[in-house]
Amino acid sequence: MLPKSRVGLIGRTGNPLMHRNPSRPLSPHLQVYKWGPHMLVSILHRVTGAGVSVAGGLALVWWLVAAASGPEDYARFHAIAANRLALIIWVPLTWALFQHSFSGIRHFVLDIGAGYELGINKLGAIATLVASTLLTILLWVYILEIRG
Amino acid sequence: MRMETPLGRVRGLGSAKSGAHNWWLERLTSVSTLLLFIWFLVALLRLPVLDFATVTEWLASPVTAVLMLLLIVSTFWHVKLGMQVIIEDYVHEEGGKLFCLVLLNFAVVAAAALAAVAVLKIAFAGTPA
Repeated sequence: MLPKSRVGLIGRTGNPLMHRNPSRPLSPHLQVYKWGPHMLVSILHRVTGAGVSVAGGLALVWWLVAAASGPEDYARFHAIAANRLALIIWVPLTWALFQHSFSGIRHFVLDIGAGYELGINKLGAIATLVASTLLTILLWVYILEIRG
Repeated sequence: MRMETPLGRVRGLGSAKSGAHNWWLERLTSVSTLLLFIWFLVALLRLPVLDFATVTEWLASPVTAVLMLLLIVSTFWHVKLGMQVIIEDYVHEEGGKLFCLVLLNFAVVAAAALAAVAVLKIAFAGTPA
């Protein structure tokens, strides 16, 4: 039994610990945080890592096995991989590889205990996105426009 | 009633001091994979074209073959360690987790073996006619 003086604190929930506004969440969940670059880069590290693992891994094995299987098999691979439509795969794949790499380098900095100041941390997160996007654009402009 | 010691109950369910090993290997393979991929992308861009004759001649050179084998081992090892952590974080049900981890290990070893044998075949047999 609660003392009469505390009954008013119970509120609608009936939980004596719920002194606060019951419409507020009990504990913070992912969806209540205000999104920042560090959160985006953190989850992108996983997403790009998994994406490159699957798509990049398959592409690497397919390319090498085709090359080892002879000219006809390689020609079949080349016809698909060098098709303009395949850029739908290659451009995001290279961006994901670069993003994962730059994010990985950022993780080395964090691993040695540096870069946790709010401003620096945010700047580092944004830098990985800028660097990976710029490098992807540079690479594909070079391949498609300069190399032809 | 479970006749287990507290230690017996947790063995095999947590990091059991192997977490640091996974963490360290993930960093080690990330450095080697990063360096090997810089070489790989630069080398590919330096090839005039990526047709059969050019690619197989390039792969047949001993230095390329060795670096490709290192890249394959380093990359798929890193893939294995990274994907394992993702599976362990998101697949909570023990049976499903075990299934995913077994599948991951099989797939990674199979992919690495296929890629490695392809490189070795080109390196040892030269350019297939």
